[in-house]
Amino acid sequence: MAALTKKTALRIYETMIRIRRFEVRAIELFQAGELPGFLHACIGQEAVAAGVCAHLGDADQITSTHRGHGHMVAKGLKYEGMFAELYARSTGYCKGKGGSMHIADQDLGVLGANGIVGGGIPIAAGAALGIQLQGRKDVVVSFFGDGASNEGAFHEGINIAALWRLPVVFVCENNGFAESTPRSNHQTVRDIADRAKAYGIPGVAVDGMDPAAVFEVAGEAITRARKGQGPSLIEARTMRFLGHYVGDPGTAYGHDREVVKWKKRDPIPAFGKFLEKRKWIGPKKEDELRDRIERELDKAIDFARKSPEPGPQDAMTDIYASI
Amino acid sequence: MREILYRDAIIEALDEEMRRDESVFLLGEDIAEFGGSYKTTVGLFEKYGKERVRNTPISEQGIVGATLGAALMGMRPVAELMYIDFTGVAMDQIVNQVAKVRYMFGGKAKTALVLRTQGGAGRSSAAQHAQSLEAWFVHVPGLKVVMPSTAHDAKGLLKSAVRDDDPVMFIEHKLLYLEKGPVPEEDYTIPLGVAEVKREGRDITIVATSSMVGKSLAAADELEAEGISCEVVDPRTLFPLDRETILNSVKKTGRCLITHEAVQRCGWGAEIAATLAREAFDYLDAPIERVCGMETPVPFAPKLESHVIPDKDDVIAGVRAVISGL
Repeated sequence: MAALTKKTALRIYETMIRIRRFEVRAIELFQAGELPGFLHACIGQEAVAAGVCAHLGDADQITSTHRGHGHMVAKGLKYEGMFAELYARSTGYCKGKGGSMHIADQDLGVLGANGIVGGGIPIAAGAALGIQLQGRKDVVVSFFGDGASNEGAFHEGINIAALWRLPVVFVCENNGFAESTPRSNHQTVRDIADRAKAYGIPGVAVDGMDPAAVFEVAGEAITRARKGQGPSLIEARTMRFLGHYVGDPGTAYGHDREVVKWKKRDPIPAFGKFLEKRKWIGPKKEDELRDRIERELDKAIDFARKSPEPGPQDAMTDIYASI
Repeated sequence: MREILYRDAIIEALDEEMRRDESVFLLGEDIAEFGGSYKTTVGLFEKYGKERVRNTPISEQGIVGATLGAALMGMRPVAELMYIDFTGVAMDQIVNQVAKVRYMFGGKAKTALVLRTQGGAGRSSAAQHAQSLEAWFVHVPGLKVVMPSTAHDAKGLLKSAVRDDDPVMFIEHKLLYLEKGPVPEEDYTIPLGVAEVKREGRDITIVATSSMVGKSLAAADELEAEGISCEVVDPRTLFPLDRETILNSVKKTGRCLITHEAVQRCGWGAEIAATLAREAFDYLDAPIERVCGMETPVPFAPKLESHVIPDKDDVIAGVRAVISGL
């Protein structure tokens, strides 16, 4: 299978840092009261988005979740448009009409974060149907959480995708909590990957804290999909290091205790060490990388702050193509 | 002009649009070899094959999600939801996804799709197979809602719906499928958002949708004999709404009766009544009347069903009440 080259490994590493730093800066701004609405941070889960999306090109599609910033960054969305959207500005990816939970960019194959748990799963199957009917070689990846695996949309979407052998990969980011409900309280199966059996498709569980492992497993599933061999289900075991939303301490449901264990396996320092061992990155290059990302973030935040807000004249546009 | 069945007009529209545009395809439960539960896709599977006439599992939210996803890729899917009652299991996809992606994504999403379905009572189908739920969808910005009352309108409006770049809920009526009407053989479309005056009159405007159009026309015939001249207006598209045609008619007649099969409470007629009260207040010579479904689940027993669903006589009684000021 696709071996992890130095180039790809460095790209994945950079993507993880880009996600992490985006989230950290967004949280700071949110807590400073600069961003409206609410925010679901994916800190801790970066390896999944980075490892999967390393296989995707612009014409490949993803559907995402309420915790979707990582998927967006990994799919190549720009900081400027993302921050502008979080700031509810006209220059945002959705002109300030979507916000954190609805960032989308059809040019880069992002069919939207989604405020409805599991909502993107049938849509991903449909996008894969469109791709199949158009004779394209592109694939769709649908990200969702362990909570979504109990939605009817999960069953209907995967069943249809399996039935029609659609080019889609279902990636369950199992972070052990559906909002505040621990997984043992919301499903009886131990391995969500086992649910693939019910649809006659491959299902595989992978360590979601290890981007190299995610990359490998995703590579197999995406190759299968591109070859017309149908969908797969990947369960990536991971952990969000923060509460369900920014402001949720996670103390009420045992999340805080769980996180202590998982933080020792933080994918970014761990993968950094892996790269260092191979001499693929050193302190100088690492500093350069982090400086570059921080400068980009500064610039993007500045851009967002200075961008115009949508006005009342914008409220009633974009509802219909024509009326 | 030749006369064909309403359901055959639907088939013709789908056939012509599939022939015209390769991105048009159909999906739904039992629509392939079986030809659809109400035989509205007969012959299309044989003609276009299983890729473009796709049987689906019984998975309404899966169907709508697949429809939306394919549309986002630039296809023009036409889904069939066997009964409007079944939209209940697909409401997240219809209301939160289909209707909202364009807006949420800042106007960039492609959402050229049609959700065909059928509603209405009259076959003892009982409470879960006979509702008229159009108001649910008119209430959701982002959707267009069409309700054809004749074979001619069904064909022309469906062709427009397929060509439209917005999501369209296309709501047929199960009792109309076997009604015949004149349908031109040549290609034609009827634009969405244009009402039709089905009958001109002087004394009262009857605004009727779907199956109530035919009943209202029959009522108008009888009332003519009594010297009451009814104008019957069919909006055809509930949203976008041709307010102009309705307002002009009411301004002319000075009276209005609104009739639909759906229950009266918060029905689509309430919206029309409110619009008229605001826009045509000075022209009204009598209170606006509504003749609608009774506020109950649709009963199974034929006698009960026909009691709760308005018929021609209810329209006649309603008109008489408005005219006499009772």
